[in-house]
Amino acid sequence: MTERSGGAYDFAVVGGGLVGSAIAWGLARLGQRVVVLDQGDVAYRASRGNFALVWVQSKGLGMPEYAGWTKRSSDGWAGFAAELEDTTGIDVAFQRPGGFHLALGETELEARAQTMRRLHNQPDMVRYPYEILERAALEKLLPQIGPDVAGATYCPLDGHCNSLRLLRALHTDLRRLGVAYRPNHEVSAIARHGGAFRIASTGEAVVAGRVVLAAGIANARLAPMVGLKAPVRPQRGQIIVTEKIRPFLDYPVSTVRQTDEGGVLIGDSSEEAGFDDTVGLGVASTMAERAGRMFPLLRGVNVVRVWAALRVMTQDGFPIYEQSAECPGAFIATCHSGVTLAANHALVLAPMLAAGRLGDELAVFSARRFDVPAVA
Amino acid sequence: MFQRLPDENFRAVTLSVDGKTVTAGAADSVAAALIAAGIAPFRTTPVSGTPRAPYCMMGVCFDCLVTIDGIGSRQACMVRVRDGMRIETQHGKREAGR
Repeated sequence: MTERSGGAYDFAVVGGGLVGSAIAWGLARLGQRVVVLDQGDVAYRASRGNFALVWVQSKGLGMPEYAGWTKRSSDGWAGFAAELEDTTGIDVAFQRPGGFHLALGETELEARAQTMRRLHNQPDMVRYPYEILERAALEKLLPQIGPDVAGATYCPLDGHCNSLRLLRALHTDLRRLGVAYRPNHEVSAIARHGGAFRIASTGEAVVAGRVVLAAGIANARLAPMVGLKAPVRPQRGQIIVTEKIRPFLDYPVSTVRQTDEGGVLIGDSSEEAGFDDTVGLGVASTMAERAGRMFPLLRGVNVVRVWAALRVMTQDGFPIYEQSAECPGAFIATCHSGVTLAANHALVLAPMLAAGRLGDELAVFSARRFDVPAVA
Repeated sequence: MFQRLPDENFRAVTLSVDGKTVTAGAADSVAAALIAAGIAPFRTTPVSGTPRAPYCMMGVCFDCLVTIDGIGSRQACMVRVRDGMRIETQHGKREAGR
């Protein structure tokens, strides 16, 4: 299919990262005419710096609906990955063997176990299996663990993928589906124009019937243009990558995973550092030290890269999905789990957007939840 | 393919490469010694298994990785030979811990 021209789009998706691409893909798959407006290489691009877990365990403490939303995406991921491979030939290396969160010492294990119990004791919590494993049981599954590992939590729903290939697969298929991809279009203004939206940017202006803001941290700046709010801030995460080694780890661990090509990623730090996406030796060395205690064999492996990327964080850590009451037809989607939630964004959220209305199950994710008066 | 230039200070040392005895010059880097002994390519890449030989000879390209005295993924061009050094060529992914 060739790209449509002329500017008559059903949807403009602002943001070409994993969230925007998954939404645009889901819309185009339903026959919608879509344009994706992406920033240039100056963008912070969390989609290119993430840890690539498709993760369920431990998510949703304080908002059980988020646990349900996450589980639903995890359940949809295999079909999503298969469809992408079918249409693009790109294997995004999705695997769902279940995942571990390792505890170094009894104190960490007890704290982790309590968190999991509190999570699953919430009213309306979605039911799914998880286990708290003492060291003896864990050693049978992960024989490479070091002596400091006291135990772990395990959830069979957890998995991982190659998220760079996911982004490539989505963009490859966007072309096939006739989606207009417009890089270097940093959006500067969104105005209602008749029954549509006129979007001005550093590139050519675009007119579309509906608009979806999926621009990560930039959503904070864009949302007020259509009467929405997106109180998101950057939260820095650092990742250490080793040389490619023979497979030694059959399961993703929340802070250590071996990719399909053999490199080991060590991650999961979080720092409040504003828009500073540089790496710091202090945090990286703590991550390396902990990874070495978890898997002592890593101590002899060479590190080839360290990078930092910025998560898109709300105050409570949960996503925002909302349609503007002031400008109907304008939607926002923002989260820090663009990999895990990609299947939902493509297969659940996009059909709702195409129908012009978010499902009731997404009402809880409105940014209105932040409009609570301060406690006296 | 490669030949040594005449060198009046040449002093020979003996290395073991994949169990075979190889003579090198005492001033050689491991990469130079392997090339001079006709051992190249001496690595295959971890993902596609493509053969590789030293490319930059100055520590930049990481295409000359070998196992030296039991430690894997050393840059052959950045290590000087030593008499009795034990070198193993690397094929595919390195095994963690060696």
